Amino acid sequence: MRRFLILIFVLLTVAVLLSPASASAQERPSAEAVVAAAYRVSHYSGNDMRARVLMRLISKGGGERIREMIMLRLDREDGGEQKYFLYFLQPGDVRDMTFMVWKHPQRDDERWLFIPAIKLVRRIAANDKRSSFVGSDFSYEDVSGREVEEDDHTFVREETRNGRPVFVIRSVPKDDKSSDFSYRLAWIDKENSVLWQEEYYDKRSQLYRVFTADEVKQVEGQWTAVKRTMKNVQNGHRTEVTFVEMDYNVGLDDSLFSERYLQNPPARWIR
Amino acid sequence: MNYFMFMRTHLALIIISVLLGALCSFAQSPPTQNGPGLPVRIHGFLLGNYAVRTSDEHPASGEGGRFLWADERLRLELSGDTAKGNLSFLFKGDLFHDAVANKMDGIVREGYLDYSRPRFDLRLGRQIVTWGVGDLLFINDVFPKDWSAFFSGRPLEYLKVGSDAAKLHVATSALNAELVVIPFFEPDNLPAAERFFFFDPLAGVRNRSLREPATTIGNTELALRLYRRVAETDVSLYAYRGYWRQPSFRPDQFPLPTQLQGSYPRLAVYGVSAQRNVGAALLSLEAGYYDSQDDRRGADPVIPNSQFRFLAGYQRQLTTDFTLGAQYYAEIMKDYASHKATLPLGFPVQERARHLFTVRLTQLFKYQTWKLSLFSFYSPSDQDALLIPEIWHALTDRLSFTVGANIFAGRQSTTFLGQFDRNDNLYLAIRFDF
Repeated sequence: MRRFLILIFVLLTVAVLLSPASASAQERPSAEAVVAAAYRVSHYSGNDMRARVLMRLISKGGGERIREMIMLRLDREDGGEQKYFLYFLQPGDVRDMTFMVWKHPQRDDERWLFIPAIKLVRRIAANDKRSSFVGSDFSYEDVSGREVEEDDHTFVREETRNGRPVFVIRSVPKDDKSSDFSYRLAWIDKENSVLWQEEYYDKRSQLYRVFTADEVKQVEGQWTAVKRTMKNVQNGHRTEVTFVEMDYNVGLDDSLFSERYLQNPPARWIR
Repeated sequence: MNYFMFMRTHLALIIISVLLGALCSFAQSPPTQNGPGLPVRIHGFLLGNYAVRTSDEHPASGEGGRFLWADERLRLELSGDTAKGNLSFLFKGDLFHDAVANKMDGIVREGYLDYSRPRFDLRLGRQIVTWGVGDLLFINDVFPKDWSAFFSGRPLEYLKVGSDAAKLHVATSALNAELVVIPFFEPDNLPAAERFFFFDPLAGVRNRSLREPATTIGNTELALRLYRRVAETDVSLYAYRGYWRQPSFRPDQFPLPTQLQGSYPRLAVYGVSAQRNVGAALLSLEAGYYDSQDDRRGADPVIPNSQFRFLAGYQRQLTTDFTLGAQYYAEIMKDYASHKATLPLGFPVQERARHLFTVRLTQLFKYQTWKLSLFSFYSPSDQDALLIPEIWHALTDRLSFTVGANIFAGRQSTTFLGQFDRNDNLYLAIRFDF
């Protein structure tokens, strides 16, 4: 009898392992794993990064404002602690300002701002990641990434977007108060985990923001959206971002992300 | 001055300014131009800045009548660096037309050379230095300030005045040190009797002289700041040896002086500050001991008493784009008994401790093209206050305007803010960047 039971157990195990359902589950990673991979591709490519970023803030009527900055990023660990350094080139009222963020997963970031007109280094309270980043349609959270664990992710469908096979994933905040959206849909490349599109739905389940990757290419072996747009479909305002210069693994040193260089940014990195 | 003439002069200057600005904007290179351009970068702004009194009264001997401040200015900023980037310079100068004093003039706001090595930075020349964690409250920021500018609605950057100094920054993995050496004394710019009403117990004595510390090695001011991060907290230690930046006036005789001799007494300051995230908020603490070295016992009524200063600040984003900042500040006299005992007749007795609360509310709207803010000082011990409501709007990336007010209130006309009660003003600033 005992032998018989063992035999049945072994057969069942083999059957489960060989079953078509399980085979397809192995092919298709979990929704959470897909989002996590896209999060790393979007926000953790390379060990560090230097970019010159041009943002065009365009109102419904066509009025345009410009934000141009040098962005430096250093990762301590993939998906974990990060440091950002921003140096503003224009417009005039923020020219030469520097901004530093130490991003801490699972708790509030630390932010410092340097105002060159009065040589003032200020720390800024940083608990609301939904605030607009430099007056654009992107929030702080969009720039540094919303942590994967903050939402529940479910698989919606597979389809083709921009000629690429993608997973469509629906993400719902675990804590309703942690976000402006009630849910979002993401189109994530099956092969290279590039986020091609994202739609944000407000608390009334109305679409309000759409992110699109407009130009994606490999930069030093890393898939990168060098042109991207965030559009508010409810008020017609949009922000187009172009990474005019983009380099990974440039050799940033941790000491750069300090008050000293906030006050006196090294010419080597900001030119 | 005739109002009509006054406005006409202004109009002409505004027109010239706008034309100049337009010219500069055409001359400017496109935003994303690549590669090496001119070795010197040229930027700046045009600023029209006016403050008008809310009441008809103005100082009898005064300038400008109803205008507390009226000027148009051209800011030029030149900067550049060497190919290797370790040597650079910055020059910021203003050419301005002061319509209240009716004069044209120029001033070098900052002008310095920077030399950087991996372990240190050296800055030589006229420079602004800002230390401490207070918001418009200063304990260990012992550097010169322009309170007259602040009270007449000028942009915040004019609150700080440059020092002709050398600054050395030494960076090690354990500690950062900033040493500022100031051979040339620069006093605070205080509201003057020509434009402001304020309390002066010896206002009748016109025969006054004022002597600044001579430029000698012995008189050189030294300011040191050491800082590092300790347990996720930004911690700084400060030490300063120099002078009070507000003068003390010594009468030639009491009770009926005929002459006042002004000077800047010696001062040393020792302090500490700390700042860190606490939960969702940002917490700031700062303290300092002001050692009034020319009157250590507090027995000289002319020289400020030694004092302890302390501040605690709290800042938090309440909702998206809405921030609250609150501070408590205290100034406590060290030798209060001697202050009371030696105070001449007719001088107001101060409280031993001066307490002050500040609140700053800031709300951004419309993709941060509008900013509404309110800054308020309130002292329960002096029973006085200052409210500064302000609206800022960016019409374009280049053109912005600011409208605000300085509203003083006080039960007595002898307290720090209460003495300015009759100087309430509305201000306007229009700025064009290039």
